[in-house]
Amino acid sequence: MSSATEMRRLLPAATCVTMLAALWLVFMVVPTEREMGIVQRIFYFHVASAWMAFIGFFLVAGASAVYLWNGSAGADRIAAASAEVGVLFCSLVLVTGPIWARPVWGVWWTWDPRLTMTVILWAIYASYLMLRAFGGEDDAVRRYAAVLGIVGVLDVPIIMVSVRLLRGMHPAVIARNEGGSGLVDPSMRWALAVSGLAFVLLGAWLIALRARTARLADELAMLREETG
Amino acid sequence: MRAALAILAKDLRIEWRTRESVSGVFVMGVLLLVVFSIAHDARPDAAPALLPAVLWVTFVFTGLPAVQRAFLLERENDCLAGLLTAPLDPGALYAGKCAANVVVLAATQAVVVPLAGLFLHVDLLPGLPGLVLVLLLGNLGVAALGTLFAAVAARTRARDLLLPLLLLPLLVPLLIGAVTATRTVLDAGVGAALPGLRVLAAFDVVFGVAGWLLFGYVVRD
Amino acid sequence: MIGPVLRARGVVRRFGRARVLAGVDLDVDAGEVVALLGANGAGKTTLLRVLALLLRPNGGALSLFGEDATAAPPALRRRIGWVGHESACYPDLSAAENLAFYARLFEVPDAGARVAELLAWAGLEEAARRPVRTYSRGMSQRLALARALLHRPDLLLMDEPFSGLDRDAATALEERIAALRTAGHAVVFTTHDVERAAPVATRLAILHRGRIAWTHEGQAAHAVIAAAYAAVVVRRA
Repeated sequence: MSSATEMRRLLPAATCVTMLAALWLVFMVVPTEREMGIVQRIFYFHVASAWMAFIGFFLVAGASAVYLWNGSAGADRIAAASAEVGVLFCSLVLVTGPIWARPVWGVWWTWDPRLTMTVILWAIYASYLMLRAFGGEDDAVRRYAAVLGIVGVLDVPIIMVSVRLLRGMHPAVIARNEGGSGLVDPSMRWALAVSGLAFVLLGAWLIALRARTARLADELAMLREETG
Repeated sequence: MRAALAILAKDLRIEWRTRESVSGVFVMGVLLLVVFSIAHDARPDAAPALLPAVLWVTFVFTGLPAVQRAFLLERENDCLAGLLTAPLDPGALYAGKCAANVVVLAATQAVVVPLAGLFLHVDLLPGLPGLVLVLLLGNLGVAALGTLFAAVAARTRARDLLLPLLLLPLLVPLLIGAVTATRTVLDAGVGAALPGLRVLAAFDVVFGVAGWLLFGYVVRD
Repeated sequence: MIGPVLRARGVVRRFGRARVLAGVDLDVDAGEVVALLGANGAGKTTLLRVLALLLRPNGGALSLFGEDATAAPPALRRRIGWVGHESACYPDLSAAENLAFYARLFEVPDAGARVAELLAWAGLEEAARRPVRTYSRGMSQRLALARALLHRPDLLLMDEPFSGLDRDAATALEERIAALRTAGHAVVFTTHDVERAAPVATRLAILHRGRIAWTHEGQAAHAVIAAAYAAVVVRRA
């Protein structure tokens, strides 16, 4: 078995194992949080999704930089795949957020720095995907998308700083939660870590699948072009 | 950077001669201001609180046609090919176009800001130096990213749709910084507005340099 | 000038999935005038843009003045003059202003004198202060050529220079090309008009489906060219 095929078998297996472990930890092991109740369990998946959304963002930028540097089509495919998977996880964050927020704070939404940042991230992801979809047929679109990918990641630290300015404008609804929910019980930390790992592996697997599909599609098109 | 200056001078001369796209940008700025002011329909004592937001939303949206016109004027007679066959560093082309955009945006600001003060019952004179600083820093940021992505949008099919999609999410931190800085400058002076000004300055530096370095990847096929 | 001006080997250029240029070989030396013939869509404009360093080849090798052109250093661009389909001159500026701008971009040393010289050469002195928007096709053409020659390039590339010209203007253009050849420039131009190519070219080539399908050194009778054209296009179609 070649190393590539080994990886291909390993990744889904590892993902399944860690995901099951995470589910077990989150639903069976971790104690119910005192103040928020059962709904707090969503926090583990919410945060894990956010980590993967961020990682996806950096992957897009990294792959874009590689593509601009040496024109590698593989790098471009990874950038595109990372964007698609990243926007998926980003959407999960934005969906689990309100589900968690409503019972706990009584509001569906608040412009707290983290949520605002996630929305902006989602919007940048979306604009990247729009560019790839509507930019036209030419190879040049890949270059433009790569430029956008890099600019997007450069924006991230500035977004982080600027959204903190917003807190002065809105009532501080969630001051208590800013530090990360105060994980008192060690099993909570384990649950978070394992969930994080599970989601990262899931993300990696999805990206690998998507990139491979894109590669096969490209090869098919090349074959058609040469024989046609 | 002589080439950049040549491009700046050429762009400004053309804009002055035709005045069509520049006046379009002005009119759009004024119209947006009017629309926002009317939509809020605020009482005179409540209106001043709206000024920072109304002002910057207007500028971000007028920024779009403003930066587009920089590349629209290269489309007639395929002038872009003329520029690209020159021994021209793409960074110099970026700098020249960006500078031209800064001038057009500044001219728009000069028209829109006094009108905003008028419509929203705000006395701008006391905070004016600070306000000018915020306007300049915000202007630079919009021009820096706008020039880069206007070039991208100009070379794709759905250019009018694509430019706002690309630019607006990226400009949000600038918007936040500019609005908070404007508000603080008018209320409390430049010193208090440092956090917002810092965000703007960081934005300008990061994207000015990024645009300068990445422009070649956009225009050179 | 010694050595080949231009050497292209197996140049490939794609657009999306399609290969517009599928392996072009071309040599051009100083004092040559090469006419590239071909039907619309054969890839003539694309090839010319690759030679002008406006497009990068996706495959193959291109060297200009003995240097590898893939990096396209500014020094190479200084030696190339480009006349495209359109004049590349700003319609709201005058001829004088356009030329002055390009002289600045190309860092032409004696800009003022050179601009005046070329305005005279192009017969545009009277119209020099009027916006280019008001010019006729022939005048724009001459201005575009003047712009391309500002920096005294060794290689001149022209895309369909004869299209839209009346007989007098076309004859004048032929004379100008001949003069350039005598002065040692190399010229490559594209045309789909077989009649125009014959008198002024030193070499003819037909581009078909992204490859050079036929070349001929020296002058050729119109009939010969037309026959070759028909054969290439018809046979391969």
